[in-house]
Parts: sequence; structure tokens; C-alpha cells
Amino acid sequence: MALSGMRGLSVFISDVRNCQNKEQERLRVDKELGNIRTRFKNEKGLTPYEKKKYVWKMLYIYMLGYDVEFGHMETVSLISAPKYPEKQVGYIVTSCLLNENHDFLRLAINTVRNDIIGRNETFQCLALTMVGNIGGREFAESLAPDVQKLLMSSSCRPLVRKKAALCLLRLFRKNPDVVNVDGWSDRMAQLLDERDLGVLTSVMSLLVALVSNNHDAYWSCLPKCVKILERLARNQDVPQEYTYYGIPSPWLQVKIMRALQYFPAMEDPNIRRSLFEVLQRILMGTDVVKNVNKNNASHAVLFEALALVMHLDAEKEMMSQCVALLGKFIAVREPNIRYLGLENMTRMLMVADVQDIIKRHQSQIITSLKDPDISIRRRALDLLYGMCDVSNAKDIVEELLQYLNTADFAMREELALKAAILAEKFAPDLSWYVDVILQLIDKAGDFVSDDIWFRVVQFVTNNEDLQPYAAAKAKEYMDKPALHETMVKVSAYLLGEYSHLLARRPGCSPKEIFTIVHEKLPTVSTATVSILLSTYAKIMMHTQPPDPELQDHIWAIFNKYESCIDVEIQQRAVEYFALSRKGAALMDILAEMPKFPERQSSLLKKAEDTEIDTAEQSAIKLRAQQQMSNALVVTDQRSSNGSLPVGQFNLVKMPSISSNADANGADQGLVHANGAISNVDPQPATPSADIVGNLLDPLAIEGPPGAALSAQQNAVSGLEGAPIAADALALAPVGEQSNSVQPIGNIAERFHALCLKDSGVLYEDPYIQIGTKAEWRAHHGRLVLFLGNKNTSPLVSVKALILPPTHLKTELSLVPETIPPRAQVQCPLEVVNLRPSRDLAVLDFSYKFGTTVVNVKLRLPAVLNKFLQPISLSAEEFFPQWRSLSGPPLKLQEVVRGVRPLSLPEMSNLFNSFHVMVTPGLDPNPNNLVASTTFFSESTRAMLCLIRVETDPSDRTQLRMTVASGEPTLTFELKEFIKDQLAGIPTTTPSPAPAPAPTLALPQARPVSPITSVTDPGAMLAGLL
Amino acid sequence: MIHFVLLISRQGKVRLTKWYSLYSQKERSKVLRELSGDILSRGPKLCNFVEWRGYKVVYKRYASLYFCMCTNQEDNELEILEIIHHFVEILDRYFGSVCELDLIFNFHKAYYILDEILIAGELQESSKKTVARLIAAQDSLLETAEEQANTISNMIVQATKK
Repeated sequence: MALSGMRGLSVFISDVRNCQNKEQERLRVDKELGNIRTRFKNEKGLTPYEKKKYVWKMLYIYMLGYDVEFGHMETVSLISAPKYPEKQVGYIVTSCLLNENHDFLRLAINTVRNDIIGRNETFQCLALTMVGNIGGREFAESLAPDVQKLLMSSSCRPLVRKKAALCLLRLFRKNPDVVNVDGWSDRMAQLLDERDLGVLTSVMSLLVALVSNNHDAYWSCLPKCVKILERLARNQDVPQEYTYYGIPSPWLQVKIMRALQYFPAMEDPNIRRSLFEVLQRILMGTDVVKNVNKNNASHAVLFEALALVMHLDAEKEMMSQCVALLGKFIAVREPNIRYLGLENMTRMLMVADVQDIIKRHQSQIITSLKDPDISIRRRALDLLYGMCDVSNAKDIVEELLQYLNTADFAMREELALKAAILAEKFAPDLSWYVDVILQLIDKAGDFVSDDIWFRVVQFVTNNEDLQPYAAAKAKEYMDKPALHETMVKVSAYLLGEYSHLLARRPGCSPKEIFTIVHEKLPTVSTATVSILLSTYAKIMMHTQPPDPELQDHIWAIFNKYESCIDVEIQQRAVEYFALSRKGAALMDILAEMPKFPERQSSLLKKAEDTEIDTAEQSAIKLRAQQQMSNALVVTDQRSSNGSLPVGQFNLVKMPSISSNADANGADQGLVHANGAISNVDPQPATPSADIVGNLLDPLAIEGPPGAALSAQQNAVSGLEGAPIAADALALAPVGEQSNSVQPIGNIAERFHALCLKDSGVLYEDPYIQIGTKAEWRAHHGRLVLFLGNKNTSPLVSVKALILPPTHLKTELSLVPETIPPRAQVQCPLEVVNLRPSRDLAVLDFSYKFGTTVVNVKLRLPAVLNKFLQPISLSAEEFFPQWRSLSGPPLKLQEVVRGVRPLSLPEMSNLFNSFHVMVTPGLDPNPNNLVASTTFFSESTRAMLCLIRVETDPSDRTQLRMTVASGEPTLTFELKEFIKDQLAGIPTTTPSPAPAPAPTLALPQARPVSPITSVTDPGAMLAGLL
Repeated sequence: MIHFVLLISRQGKVRLTKWYSLYSQKERSKVLRELSGDILSRGPKLCNFVEWRGYKVVYKRYASLYFCMCTNQEDNELEILEIIHHFVEILDRYFGSVCELDLIFNFHKAYYILDEILIAGELQESSKKTVARLIAAQDSLLETAEEQANTISNMIVQATKK
């Protein structure tokens, strides 16, 4: 169907659609916008038809994402056009482009009002629709009486009245006073007698909003609502056109039941009886049918009926019927029903005493935690959280911990928080609580907020019985080789405070404890270093009699950090050093932390805060809040009985009691504790609060060069053990796995192409595409792996492991275990080049698709030339350097044979492509090339490298190469690297044209984006139904 | 209440947007960006609901187009899902087996039709027949106006020629 009479618009849309890329589209759109602007400027020559056409064009351009603000005025002005076609465009486009606060709308109020009170029915409809969609407060104030008149008018046709009803609903939302007129509730009751179902549907929406605000005024509507529901659900008395897949207007049924949920109780026994009869019929009479739409519609009604039953607080029997239904739903295949089953079970928990019946479904709910759909997993998590109590806390929390390993990133933080809260709320014993939190930090350190570890410290501090246990656990974790930094923090803290309680156990002497803590120092950030220093001071204080050797060691550390660039660390080092020489003073100041005052858990508070919603008030929510506070009171009482050790914390308070003072929670506790330390200094350099702030926040400032260096060196030596094994693996024939899945394209060629450019495809097979994009700066690199699932089902058991050679330090961020269908995940890999080497890092990658397990080992393009930066030297700079580096091992010369024949310009291009810059004309002999580059690694820092290649014009397959640098290994490695490049390796795809490498690489430079690959023109013609 | 309606193609192109709640221009673009990412990446056998910033987005894919409606968390999701289907059926009836291309070249019709189905983010009319009748009436109003305009402009053209 073509646009009647608007050829220009069709042509424009076609033009835009034919644009090959965003840039072309922008040019085309800009041209059009320019044209529209000029035409609008001299309005004289503009016919109403043209104006209408331009305004539609603007709406189209707006949908493409461009700014069309300049045309707002013209659009609004069309509203006052005398003829229907222009007026219609004016109204519709205005309501799409502008929002309620726009000044231009104010200018239109009069016109709009004239249309509403005028005689023209079509104009009335247009005006009511626009006001209903974007009318603001001012519209509410000036138009409400007119709209009410239309709604009540007996001479108006239904098409106007239903619009008036919804328009009034909008105005009511903007200003609830619009219905503060005498007798309005009687009029609402009168409106419910309406026979036209279109009008009745709109009126019912209005009623829902009115009763949600103030049900008292509308009691007289209640019996009528029940009557209508009976008429629809029981008598099925509706015109054919208002049935939807055989169901009498499901929407109206849902709305009526929604309205009924806002009335607190139903006293009239007759009404109650007829309502229950209808509800019973819906509950029992809804079957699962094949037709999706019929199923959805009937279940929409069913779920609303469930909500109403819950609200009415029906007899026990009906409630258990509901739970049984929900239990059935959470196990069905249809994902929507499963989702809603879980959601409604959670709601049911809040309003009724059904906890025990729901617990019977616990295993099914836990299964849903592993559903392929994140929406369903979220519901399952919420339900588990809601149904958790003392009896099942252990099971549920352990299930959540296990799930943490595989959970989506999007859910981990919430999951960690919920597990922590449940552990705290329902811990059967405190040691279990400590276990859970430590596991939580161990498994999901990145997602554990500081609050969580502060809280465990508070618990341990306040419960003496727990201290030896916590210290022993902390030691166990510290014995592990790789730990999350938060784990280091909490363990170091606990060991500092309480490791002396373990002193008699094997392996727990102060010295041994000190050693395991100190091992972590090189790997941690400055914030943690501060905590470690406190731990050392505490260990030293607890070592009685003093151990001179340990003391010297710790003093040496304090000495080293006395000049640390980080003020916090420096201050601690200086103070601890001074204090530790004062004997008794040290004991006073560093004595055990006092008990924390009782306060509301900051975690619980956090959980409460996230539950606050700004959405429209809802009956369910209101009831839920009441119920919640009841539940909390119960918990509180139990806690104060002291039957649970947790009780002494007064964990749970009524939300209303929690004052702002509590908000700082755990933070203040630590502020206070640490404040005691820093106060020792007669002139504290910084207020104590700031110090703690520093301690808790990761610092932007880096440590002193010395410290950083030693840290890195340590890290290197620490790594050395592993990479040997890795090297062995790297030697294995890479990319030649015997997989049944065949890669697409040549892996080796892809790798060589990526050695010369920074982005492209590394690997592809029918299921996955792995692209890389890298940035290199000096000896640091960041290589992002793009893992794109090409299928419509998820890839699971995804694992990526980097096997780094000894000269590279790599850190791959977490790779999710599942890649959702058609999704792409990005995994950044940080690379640090420690010293010159041509060894390669290998990505060991595997995933599962259906039953096929695919495992590939891919060389990563983190190659030597990535750490080169071209540098241009003049003759005066080059030659003195060249001469000063005389002979091996700093300067190496070799005659290379079997070189791929290249002309000199081609060779220059090749050199330039791997960042070795050829300086033409530097060497007097035209057959020679002289080139220079800077190499970056941690051991060499920036080091200049000079290269000279002497070619033989008569035999292009051989040449003499001389490489020089200030470091023997570098010279050797660079020489070998260049040799490799010059030899037969297909650094670029063999091509007859003497194209320089970088340009050749260009067409492949961008990873094939999923967008372009799925563009399928045929898809647009596919019928939607 | 429905806060907004979006039609997004599989390639992420916007085909229709209608905002019933207050969103600034900046927020609108942000919503589009976020949601097209969240929804287009979902597999085919998952449920039709996405939880998003404390709201719930009910969506359904028809061929190459995703129809999305955002509602409050406590609203009835299936009811909204069937409003989407109701809308699609009306479009289908109007265009005669509707496809994405119809909605690209006749985007303005999609807006008229939506205005007959939803106002203030609430369902206005659940009878397909009634909606069809109202749209037909609008179309004939437009045609009449056009014919008149044509005859007038013809007359002017004729007059100026002489």
C-alpha cells in the first residue's frame, strides 16, 4: 500500500534505505533537513499539503535518531489548521515529538480546547487523543471539566466517550484534583452501566486509577464491578467482536479484578459469594490449550484471579488450591507460565501463610535457578530469597553459593548480596555464617561489596567464641596461592587481630603467619597494603616474647614504606615504626578492637533501599509492605530472645525505626577503630575519616616506582613456575586439533594478518567467531577478545585460558561460562611485556554446542612487534648511536638467504607495517635500508633499536642484515623476528599486486559485525503473522 | 499502565516509538539503546518478559520485528502481551498480511492505528472490528479532502493556463 499522494515521502524513505552506511544516511538526511528548513523559512509559498508532507518526513527522520527540534513549531502550528488532513498530522506528530513539559504545547492549549468543545467529532477525537497521551498539569487544570462533560454526555458517540475516559485518566494522573467534584463517584457508578464495551474498558481503567488513590469514595462501584465480571466470566454475555480467541474480553476481566483488589474487604455476603463463585470457576476452569494467544489470554485472567484470591484472603482451601496451581505452573515447559508461576509464588509469600506449602516446591525452584532464561533465573532467586527461613537457610544459601560460579555477571552482585543477607539473617550457627561469607568472597570477590566484609569483621569482633575459628579459616584461605584481593583484606585483618589465638597450632607461629601474609604483599593494591601494614604491627605486638628476627624484618618493611608515595601507607609505616619502639604504648594502642555498637545491618538496609520503587501505588505492594513489617517484627522478637547468637546484633529492625544515623553502618565502625590509631600522631596529617576513606577506596595514585618494581618483579618470579608448562603447550601444533568442527578460514593466515594490524577475526567456525581488538601502549597492551555466538542457542561450558610465555604477564578477565544466543561478549586481556622474546601466548579455548565439544588452541597476536614504536632519526642522531654499539652481542650481523623477493619499496612497507621505521636517504647506498624503532618492555624500558639491511639488486633472495640495540637479547630477538618476517611466512595474503601490507590488511580490518551479517532483505517482507 | 511502545527491527532499526510517560530526548535514546541490546540478544525459546530498571518490558517477535511495551512491575504481563498481539492482528487486517516493509513506508498509518488502540498507556478498544471501522472512516476523510484539494488545484492550474 503506497502512501496516498505523498510520493516525496516514499522516495525519501527509499533513498534512506538505499544508503550503504551511516555516513551516507547522514548526508541524505542532512540534505533533507536543509531542504525542510529552507521551506519552513519562507512559509508563504508552502501549501498545507507540503507542510504536512514535511512534518511526516521529520517524524521519520526523528525515528532514525536525528534531532528535528527546529521543526517543532511548525508541527504544533498544524494543530490549528482548518482541514482534517493537516490537523491530524499536527496532532499525531506533536504527540510523538514533544513531551508534556514542552513550552510549545502551552501555546496550543486554546486551539486544543476549541477542538474539544467544538462540534466536529473527528476533531474532538484528535484533541482528546493527544491530551490523553501527552497532556500535562496545565492541560489538566484547563481542560478537565470539558473532558468530563464529553464522557458523561449522552449525545456523544462511544468513540468520543472512550477517548474522553482515558484522557481524563491522564489528567487525573497529572493532577488528582480534577475529580474533586461533587457527585463524581456517583457518575462513575453510573458509567459502569455502560453497554458499549469499548467505553466500559476505558472507564474501567479510569476506575482502577481512582480507587488506587482513594477507594472509600467508590464503594458504590463495587457491586457493579462484580456484576460485570459475572456477566463476562460466567454468562459470557458479550458481543462476538469483544471476544478474544473465544474469551469474553480478557482485558476487561483483568481490569475489573484489578479494581477489586483496591477495596480492602468485602462485607456483603451475597457479593462475596457471587465473586468467589466466579473466581472458583476461573481457577478451576482454565485449561492449557494449544493456541498461544488463547492460552495467554486465559492465563492473564487466571493470574489476575489468583491475585484477587490472595487479596481477599480466601479460605484456606482456596489458597492451597492456588498454591497447587502455581506449583504446577513452575514446572511447565511454557516459559511465560513458568516465569509467572515463580513471580506469583513470591507475591503469595508476602500476603499469606503458605510458606510451608511453597517449601515443598523448593527443589523445583532451585532447578529454575539454572533456567536458560535470565528473567526466570531472577524470579527464582527472588523466590528463594523470600522463602528462606531458619529451617532451609543452609540448603538455600549453599545452593546460591554454588550458583555463583556460573551465574551471569548481571546477577552476581545481587546474588552475593542476597546470599550474605540470608546467611546473616538465618545462620543456624555463627561459624557457618563465617564460612559462607568467606566462600562468597572467595568465589565472587569482584561482586562482593565492602559492606559484606566489614560485616563479617564486626561479627567476629563481637563474638569471642568465633575468633579462633575465623582466624583459622582466614589462614586456610591465605595458604591458597591465588586469592581475590578482598579475601586478602579480610584474612589479613582477621589474622592481625586473632592469629595469636592460634599460636599453639602447628604452622601458626607469628613468624609463619607473618610469612603467609607477607607473600601477598607484592600482588595487592595500595589500599590493601595499608591493611597488611596494620596486620604486621599487630602480629609484632602479639609476639611475646619478642622475636628479634621477625621484628627486624617487619621494621625493614616499615622503613621501606616510610617514603611511600601513598600518604596513607607512609603514615602508617612511620607511626607503626615509632610505636613499635615504645613497648607498652604499642600494647595500649594496638590492643584488640573493642566491640562494635549494635546497629542495623547495613546490608539489610541496602536490601530495603533497593526495594523502594517509584512506580504507581499498587495494592499488592502496599499489602506486601504491611506484611513485611509484620514478618520483621517476628524475626526481631526471636532474635532478642537470644536463642540465636545472631540476636545480639539486633539484626533486623522495623524499617520505620531505621534512622539516618544508621546509614553509615559498618563504615563508621571502622572509622572509629582506625581513628584510634591515627590519633596517636600528635599532629595528624589528615583527619581520620579521610584516612579511612583512603583505606577503603582503591587509590588512583600508583605506588612508588621502587615498590611497584619490586612488586612486579615478584610477580614475575611467581609466574615463572607455571609458564614453563605453558611453553611446552605453546610448542604443540597450534590450531591443528582434531575437532569435528571445522574452522572457517585459515587460522594461520588470520593470525599473521593480526600480527600486523590491531583488530580482526582470530578464529571462526560454524558456531562462534572470535575477534580481537588491541591497543598497545609502550610495554602494556590491552587485547579485547570478542566472543560472538552465531547461533540461536547458547554456547555453554565456555572456557578460555591464556598460556602465557615467560616474557608476558597476562590477565584475562572472567569469561562467562555461557554465551547467550546471537550475543557477543567481550573479555579484555591485559598484557605486560617483561622482556624481549619472540615466544607466543596461546589462547586455549573451548566450548560446548549441543553435545559437540570444541577445543582450539590459538596463537594470540601479542607478538614482539606490538611492543615496537616507530621512531624517525636524522643522520646526526643515527650514526653516533650506530657507531657506539660496536659488535656482538649488542650488534649482530647475519647474511640471510632464501628471502621472499621484495622490491625496496615493498620491503620498506613491510618494515613499517611492523613498526620499524625506514628512514629513506639515510644510507648513501640506494640499495640499503636503514631503519629504527623503540622497543618497550619492563626490563629494558624504552630502548632504541637500529637496523640496516643491505640488499643485492642482482639477487633479491638474499641480503645482509645488521641489528643493534643496548641489550643483547633484544638485538638477537629482533634480528630473528625480522628474519622470520622476511622469510616465506605469509605475513600478508599472497597477492600479485605489489600492495603494501597495511593497506592490504584494511578490508579485513573490522571484525564482521553481527549487524551486517544478519541483514537479510527478505526478512522485511516476511509476514508478521 | 504502558509507559512506552517500541517497534524495533532485528537489525536494531527503530520503526515506531510512542512514549506515554515523561522521558526527555536523552532518556529516550538511552532507553532505545539499552533495550534493543537486551531484547535483540535474547534467544527464541525464552519468556516474553525482560526485567529492566524496576520495570517490566513485555516483548514479542513477529518475523523481523520486535514489538515491545514497558509496564510497571506489578502489571499483568500476559494482558500486555496480548495487547501486542491485538495490535499486530489489526495491522495485519489493515494492510493485508502485514510485513515490516509496510510499516516502514506507511509508518504514519501505524501511528494512527496505535492511537485507536492505546491512549494514556491504557487499552482503549478491544474490538478489532471497531478499530478497523474507525481507521477506514479516517482514511475516507483523508481521501475526500485530497480529492477536493485536487479539484481545486486543478481548477487553479486550469485557470492560470488560460
